Amino acid sequence: MDLFNTLVLLLDSTVRLSVPLLFAALAGLYSERSGVFDIGLEGKMLAGAFAAGAAAAVSGSAWVGLMAAVLVSVFMALVHGFASITHRGNQIVSGVAINFIAAGSTIILGQAWFSQGGRTPLVGAAGRFGAIHLPFADALSGVPVLGPLYSQLLSGHSLLVYLAFLLVPFTWWVLFRTRFGLRLRAVGENPAAVDTAGISVQWLRYRAVICTGVLTGLAGTYLALAQNAGFVKDMTAGRGFIALAALIFAKWRPVPVMFACLLFGFLDAFSIRIQGTPLPLIGRVPVQFMQALPYILTVVLLAGFIGRAIPPRAGGVPYVKER
Amino acid sequence: MSAPYAKLPAWADYGLIPLINLTVAFIVAGLVVLLIGENPLRAAVILVDGAIGRGQAIAYTLYYATSFIFTGLAVAVAFHSSLFNIGGEGQAYVGGLGVALVCLAFDSVLPWWLTFPLAILGAALFGAAWALIPAYFQAKRGSHIVITTIMFNFIAASLMVYLLVEVLKPAGSQAPQTRTFLEGGQLPKLNWMLEAMGFAVRSAPLNVSFLLALVAAFLVWVLIWRTRLGYEIRMRGHSPKAARYAGVSEVRVIIVTMLISGALAGMMALNPVMGDQNRLQIDFVTGAGFVGIAVALMGRSHPAGIVPAAILFGMLYQGGAELAFEMPGISRDMIVIIQGLVILFAGALEHMFRPSLQALFASFSPRAVGAEAKQGESA
Repeated sequence: MDLFNTLVLLLDSTVRLSVPLLFAALAGLYSERSGVFDIGLEGKMLAGAFAAGAAAAVSGSAWVGLMAAVLVSVFMALVHGFASITHRGNQIVSGVAINFIAAGSTIILGQAWFSQGGRTPLVGAAGRFGAIHLPFADALSGVPVLGPLYSQLLSGHSLLVYLAFLLVPFTWWVLFRTRFGLRLRAVGENPAAVDTAGISVQWLRYRAVICTGVLTGLAGTYLALAQNAGFVKDMTAGRGFIALAALIFAKWRPVPVMFACLLFGFLDAFSIRIQGTPLPLIGRVPVQFMQALPYILTVVLLAGFIGRAIPPRAGGVPYVKER
Repeated sequence: MSAPYAKLPAWADYGLIPLINLTVAFIVAGLVVLLIGENPLRAAVILVDGAIGRGQAIAYTLYYATSFIFTGLAVAVAFHSSLFNIGGEGQAYVGGLGVALVCLAFDSVLPWWLTFPLAILGAALFGAAWALIPAYFQAKRGSHIVITTIMFNFIAASLMVYLLVEVLKPAGSQAPQTRTFLEGGQLPKLNWMLEAMGFAVRSAPLNVSFLLALVAAFLVWVLIWRTRLGYEIRMRGHSPKAARYAGVSEVRVIIVTMLISGALAGMMALNPVMGDQNRLQIDFVTGAGFVGIAVALMGRSHPAGIVPAAILFGMLYQGGAELAFEMPGISRDMIVIIQGLVILFAGALEHMFRPSLQALFASFSPRAVGAEAKQGESA
């Protein structure tokens, strides 16, 4: 029973840790499926988290924080779009630029506005997305096996957690069952064909990039207002890149993205849990190895040792109309 | 033609456009300063004065520039083969391991001028080794080098923390760093050079690796524009198809380019590890690998552009430290914003002003721009 409880706790923190990855990876999915590579997920997420923390601290409302995060993050996504769609700049370079601008300006502005060393003031309960208790969670917690699963694992998360997991089937539906999704995928594979059909490649890609901005804003909001109570400097700590890894790991498909994020979230939760304690058979595993594992797995996958990750065909290539 | 834009005169292409892009980047940075309620002009004056106002400041500026020359060259060499080596940070970090191992092994037996060449080899070897795996995967298995090198940055960070905490830390010490190198593992300072020019320098970390950086810049120029290998690198960069048709082995060019790039990034570690701190510390690279991207873009991947660009960023680093002193609102992180803006405007948006500039040139002399452009497009 004790082992079971530990497992439930471990899975619970897995869910919590994988949510920001899930938002960010789904964000990247829209952009990259439309042929715009985005290594600026990290930066947009960070800017979103800062906007959420700052706006919630000033207004005292979580929803205002969410709006601010989405606005800022969409703005940065549009900068990326402006550079890589309108001006046909190098998408990688543009993404790198976004990351640096976000990393620097969140600290500078945070210090200038709140003078707390780059943090935003702690927000109260109204400024956060608190835990939602599903009906009968307390009443059922006594039921063996299913009780803890329901009351601890399924219940007691913030609204954003449920939203993140609902976005998985939603994204699948958008991508594979709507006209917009079909065109989005087409523009990522063969923009010339889409252009020939009389559909604007640029406008489609802009819409995809806006979707990315909205979702990275949600990821940032989750970090600042659900997982924590305010923005802390550099709080994304490479999650944008792990999300990118998850996206590649899932071969740019929504449902596998969820499992990849859960896997990387589990690795994270697991390494926090076992810190220092030896494992059976393997012995003591260095924390650093566990931290590096998502990256190592992605490299191995990219090299084609476990399946093959083939990116959208037109990814990274700006579209030039023949003149 | 794949190049969507017509030609401009060379001086506009290599001088005017980068200048306009840079100016815009700095104007936007000025707006950020304005946003936090400080005077951007006063900030600029303090920054420039803090960077080159005194001999001491110049020495620090050049010290930072040394690191950026190495990482800028590393990014540039890869750019020439249209490879984006974003892993300079990790390669420099692992390069530091090479430097430290050489210094720890030989500092008690050899004088510095014998340890130095060995340390150069160590740095280059370890840096190159860290670039080898992404290069191999790109060449042989087609995995995107940008993603793999990003991943390798994170793997390097974990690896180095592990090594420093578990292996290299001397017994009984708490700080995750190696022991301090003895005299044989310390590079002599170059402050006498500035003093000979009449500047007063009390103590600054500027050291011999600055000269090595200049030599490296010259050698990169020779490599890219004066050797067969450099020709092959540039050929692949312009058109992989043409290179393949001309019998250039793509696998070999990718791997060799990335090895050179990684070696240059690794050699950056000589400057802080052997030249200043005299021990291997956690996070000693402090973003220099990423500054290299901005430097390479600003210097248009040419050593003659990279050295001044690196010195400019050295000025930003040193002057930024002084600025943080005078205007507490503007910390060192302002540099990160400027760096991002430079990458954005000089890199991703480099073509933004081109069409309007072309229109402007065309209105002066339609023949110079328009006629050439027509020829180029029909070809």
